[in-house]
Amino acid sequence: MAAEQMLPFEKPISDLREKIATLKTLAENNGMDFSEEIARLEEKCKAMEEELYNEMTPAQKMHIARLHQRPTSLDFIQAVFTDFMELHGDRLFADDLAIVGGLAKLNGLPVTVIGHQRGKDTKDNIARFFGSPHPEGFRKALRLMQQANKFNRPIITFIDTKGAYPGNTAEERGQSEAIARNLREMAGFGVPIVCIVIGEGGSGGALALGVGNRVLMLENAIYSAISPNGAASILWKDATKADIAAEAMKITAKDLLEFEVIEDIVEEPQGGAHRDLAFTAERLKEKLWKHLVELLPMTPEQLIEDRYHKFRKIGQFRMAEAASQETPQASQESDAPEMTESAKV
Amino acid sequence: MQIKDLFSKKKYATIPSERPKRDIPEGLMNKCSKCGTIQYSKELDKNLKVCSSCGHHYRLSAWERIGMTLDDGRLFEYDAEMESVDPMEFPGYKGKLEQQRQKNPSLREAVVTGEGTINGHPVVVAVMSFDFFSGSMGSVVGEKITRAIEAAHEKKLPLLIFSTSGGARMQESILSLMQMAKTSAALSMFQGAGGLFISVFTDPTMGGVSASFASLGDYNLAEPGALVGFAGRIVIEQTIRQKLPDNFQTAEFNMQHGQLDLVVHRKDMKVTIGKLLDMHTVREGLSHGG
Ligand SMILES: [Zn+2]
Repeated sequence: MAAEQMLPFEKPISDLREKIATLKTLAENNGMDFSEEIARLEEKCKAMEEELYNEMTPAQKMHIARLHQRPTSLDFIQAVFTDFMELHGDRLFADDLAIVGGLAKLNGLPVTVIGHQRGKDTKDNIARFFGSPHPEGFRKALRLMQQANKFNRPIITFIDTKGAYPGNTAEERGQSEAIARNLREMAGFGVPIVCIVIGEGGSGGALALGVGNRVLMLENAIYSAISPNGAASILWKDATKADIAAEAMKITAKDLLEFEVIEDIVEEPQGGAHRDLAFTAERLKEKLWKHLVELLPMTPEQLIEDRYHKFRKIGQFRMAEAASQETPQASQESDAPEMTESAKV
Repeated sequence: MQIKDLFSKKKYATIPSERPKRDIPEGLMNKCSKCGTIQYSKELDKNLKVCSSCGHHYRLSAWERIGMTLDDGRLFEYDAEMESVDPMEFPGYKGKLEQQRQKNPSLREAVVTGEGTINGHPVVVAVMSFDFFSGSMGSVVGEKITRAIEAAHEKKLPLLIFSTSGGARMQESILSLMQMAKTSAALSMFQGAGGLFISVFTDPTMGGVSASFASLGDYNLAEPGALVGFAGRIVIEQTIRQKLPDNFQTAEFNMQHGQLDLVVHRKDMKVTIGKLLDMHTVREGLSHGG
């Protein structure tokens, strides 16, 4: 536990744990009996943990979702699947390591797995652009998905990115187009697609792997159009107010289930997935299989229709009462425009 | 030309209502943001709101664009009454929406959709307006665009979209992100069935709109100087710790990097689109114009 990165809101618990450890050492070294005190404190610690972790705020979940030691796509791929064979490259420009993908078996069934990949240390993170893909990453994902579609393999994606990489070369190579194309092509594949948001699902770079028949989220994962930090800097010109923005933005798995953006939530151990990868992977595998089994009997047409329906129904709006039913009176001359100064962006 | 003549070749399940155009009081002068030249509004209008001195294309509101693009400026509008709600109960969103509606009496949201004709070719059009909420895409923009795509699909008409947007509507959070998937999925259906989609980027088209339907045209055009990209210049400069060239993410820059078919001056836009539509009227299929 000591080696783990503790978040500020977890400090009271870690302090208490430290106290317990000290008492234990003391008892051992001096042959004194603190067992009653230790038991009392352990009881208290457990109660504090339950209270904290059962009632976590969106901001607290966001911090857990972003923990450096949180399991990555490759961790889950290794833990959930067998026979993983990584495949590389987009056949156009490069092999973007911010996205990993390849073949694997799930309960013996061959599938294509793809995920955003953060680095495990600084060097790895630099090589993987902190899990933020360039166009070649999205195109590599697309190539692997097209391959899966051709060979009738289900597609499983893991979503874990702050967003597409904001760089000049990414723009030059068509970042927008790469994301947009994935959205459209994913909508048209005749194989089951299940997506799991495992950490942070940020913006279009996340969605580019996210057009699935089923979208699941780990309990502490977050998913949003813009990062809470980004929202805070726009709203209050202060990125450090991300915690406040996180509360307003409805980014948790529970929120997204209510908005019918996702279909299911994967349970995490108390304190987060990093506390017990095996436990989380087991829950993930159960849920993944459950949804896949529902999709496997469907025809390609049904799968496409099912996916279309899933996304088609998302959105909330209303029809204004006083609908503009004025008499048609199209004028022949063009509108006189307002006095404007075209602004710079 | 009579409306019934215009559409006599087509059958319609519903006839959308035509929306009257607004009367805007004339401003007197405009100052070009690019070169500083001051021009009379009337002169500028005659020039399609392009600076006569430097060629800078002023931003247009949706109705100005419609007036310049569709035959007789006539649009048979879809979903005119659709408006945004506040699904996330996001702080300040309701007030901001109200303010945007008051600022733009002719707009209820950041996109106007409907059908009309261009040089006699019937088309379904969606025209975004940057003056409403920076053209940001929330549920209404996504829904109206999707319905326009579906209408083009059902009626076997070409689809034309003029985009301009700052990106996702932050106040609708995840629902706004999902509009990217929704519109793109609708295009998958439409284009998969042979539908023709002409996409025109206008200044600026960024973020979630650029990274969804706007980039998926069978033909991707842009107005000169239009800013088109995914990430904003400031964010990129902070990330790469370099100053970016002045022309970064302009239409010309994007064409140079292979991201656009054509950069088209505003005075040539209608004629160019008309030519494209004409090119698609000779063959059999969904996009058959007549
Ligand atoms: Zn000028």
